Amino acid sequence: MTDSIVKTLDSVGNAPYFVVALLVLMALTAILTQKNLIKICIAVAILGSSVNLFLVLLGYRDGGSIPIYYLKGAEKGMVLPTPQCLTLTAIVIALATTALMLSLIILIHKHYGTLNIDEIRRLRG
Amino acid sequence: MKPLSVIVTSVCDVFAWFMIVFGVYVINNGHNTPGGGFQGGAIVATFLSFLLVAYGGRRFLSWVREGLYGFLEFVGLMAFFIFGCVGFPNSFFYNSLAIPEGGAPLSNWIPWSGTISLMNIAVGCEVVGALSLVIVYMYSSIRLVDTGAGMGGERGHDRFDR
Amino acid sequence: MKLHEHLPAFLVMVPLLGAFLTPLVASFGRVVRNVFFVFFSLLTLVIAVSIGMSVFGGQILVYVMGGENFALTLPSGMTYPVRILFEIDAFGALLILCIALAAFAGSVFSINYMDRFSGWKRFLSLYFLMTAGALGMCATGDLFNFFVFVEVSSIASFGLIAFWRDKPETIEASYKYMLVSQVAALLLLIAIGTLYGRYNALNMSALAAMARTGTLDRVVLALIISILAFKCGAFPMHAWMPDAYAETPSGVTCLLVTVSQASFYGLIRVCYSIFPGVAREGTVGWILIVLGCMSMFFGVMMAVVQHEIKRLMGYHSISQVGYMLLAMGVGLLALDGRGNAAAYGLTAMKGGLFHVMNYSIYKALLFLCAGSLYYATGTRDLDKMGGLARNMPWTTGMFVVAAAAISGLPPFNGFVSKLLIYESSFVVHPLLPAIAMITSVLTLASFVKVFQSAFLGPAKTKFIAVREVPAGMLTGMMVLTVVTLLLSLFPGWFMNNVFTKAAEALVDHEGYIRAVMGGGM
Repeated sequence: MTDSIVKTLDSVGNAPYFVVALLVLMALTAILTQKNLIKICIAVAILGSSVNLFLVLLGYRDGGSIPIYYLKGAEKGMVLPTPQCLTLTAIVIALATTALMLSLIILIHKHYGTLNIDEIRRLRG
Repeated sequence: MKPLSVIVTSVCDVFAWFMIVFGVYVINNGHNTPGGGFQGGAIVATFLSFLLVAYGGRRFLSWVREGLYGFLEFVGLMAFFIFGCVGFPNSFFYNSLAIPEGGAPLSNWIPWSGTISLMNIAVGCEVVGALSLVIVYMYSSIRLVDTGAGMGGERGHDRFDR
Repeated sequence: MKLHEHLPAFLVMVPLLGAFLTPLVASFGRVVRNVFFVFFSLLTLVIAVSIGMSVFGGQILVYVMGGENFALTLPSGMTYPVRILFEIDAFGALLILCIALAAFAGSVFSINYMDRFSGWKRFLSLYFLMTAGALGMCATGDLFNFFVFVEVSSIASFGLIAFWRDKPETIEASYKYMLVSQVAALLLLIAIGTLYGRYNALNMSALAAMARTGTLDRVVLALIISILAFKCGAFPMHAWMPDAYAETPSGVTCLLVTVSQASFYGLIRVCYSIFPGVAREGTVGWILIVLGCMSMFFGVMMAVVQHEIKRLMGYHSISQVGYMLLAMGVGLLALDGRGNAAAYGLTAMKGGLFHVMNYSIYKALLFLCAGSLYYATGTRDLDKMGGLARNMPWTTGMFVVAAAAISGLPPFNGFVSKLLIYESSFVVHPLLPAIAMITSVLTLASFVKVFQSAFLGPAKTKFIAVREVPAGMLTGMMVLTVVTLLLSLFPGWFMNNVFTKAAEALVDHEGYIRAVMGGGM
């Protein structure tokens, strides 16, 4: 089972990185073109997820085992736990910012009665 | 938010508690399996959102105690800080309670991973409190029928212009 | 346990403890809360000053979080540091000093300024978190940790910008800042991840020791420079800055200024210490110079036409950031030049670092003065004010000091730093000091306008009852005024003991590596 997963991952090569690039581009395009605040918020969340995917991919090593001393089994090398820690931290931060962003959207809707960014323009000049 | 049908509430009665149990398990095993304080805390906090969806806003708000969640948050943060300070003669966050290789435990009450699992529990408390508060606050601010304590008449939070 | 060895940890611990304790303390009533607020800010300032005293003596402080020993950077045969560590050299200590000073002044000011509002519990927590984040950005020696502190300070600042949530403008400013800042932070994380994939390390010193000059490094450097230039408000990416500065409570604005300075710290640290090989080739220097000149000129041009006092000052912030970028760019270009160029480069860096300190102090003071005007009159529109010098003599005096300093009038500190920048940027291109001088003249013009329309002129009947602001606010402003005057009266002492040390620490990137890596690598 594990072997077949490793084989599959070997055969896909750099494809996961292209997925990351695609997701980043999708998110940036949506942020730049969408007019609805909720859709922009979703785009930021997608950007966050693609960054997390990127970090997880960086941590993958062929034949590496989980970095827990007594669970690693017969494998020789453990992967560095750093990218996993980075991902966890980034997820926590993304959760906080998404919650805050949604709260701000609720307040904006109360004040302006709309979610269209073209109509939310009191600050200019 | 209106309460859902009796099927949903019955399922909620039975299964919502397992979320707490599972979340506490994830918190307590954070030092040797994937998981930990934040993940487990997030699982426990889904309990409240389950209640909100199943039973509707009115009963939900009559159950929640904001003071309790604030207290959990405070206790978790302070405990985290104190466990960080435990390592102090060496350095901040040093795991001075961990059992050295081949050594004996200091006491049965101290887990063998030292401050790591204690910190997981502290972070778990904090996250449970904080995410529950987030759910409560966000729900109470999106209610369509304003109860009068809304934006303009907010006590003490007045504007500057006279 | 020797306390002074653990100072870098205390630097972040104390504001964090303040943030954690706030829910408890805020329930004990006003007096306890105010004493707590000022005491913790003062404690942070004391720690920052004592760090400064040991660092400006020529030592680089290194602190390993969670190590068996606080100085054990390479545990058990590792070839590169695995733990998160703090590394404070003279440049970092300078920024830490500015942040702690602004945080202290802002806290004293806010006691009276925010007194009539509810929500103190949140305000205090967010204020301390923002201080901790900004201090951590300048203290950390780890790139990912830098990202975490960026996010801590940014999230706290989103909350504080939207603090008056019953005003639509604050929510709008906060959302705007949050959106762009989040996208920038996530792109920064991509850059940091790429560096990790290339070098398998996140520690700044380890990266600096391994850094090569390949294409990937250039791409990453470009990404980091553009993101951090955005975070410190350089010209094409400045739109969030006046909005955010104008809508925040004034005691917080003076801290926001220094938080953007912390991003400037990251930018300069990456250019000078981590990638000196790529950065000193020339292109990066020119990029910084062009960004700086555009920020200076367009910032001040937009400031001149403003009618709202805090927006005007927000646009001035853009133009002041331009001076620092210009000086640091000149430093990058000239350091490896022939003949006298290296000496000119060092002079430019000294001037730029002097300007960092000046800018943090007098800009914070100006924002506090604007806050006092707002507090006393209830308006931020310059056209509606007038004749306030009679009612508010102390505020007037301190505003004059700050405005003279920012316009670079001779006896004040702004003159010293600007003169250093003029005379050294000449070596790169003669047009640069000309742009800088025009900017300075326009700055003076716009502050004359502010002074004239707010403080001078006939007394308006509407403002007959206006009194001087309460003592707490005056004390907060007085702290910054005293520092401005000290910098103006003893520029030579500060130059020799602080700014020269900071500039030399920046140039000496080998020393930055050696402090962590020892003789290894």
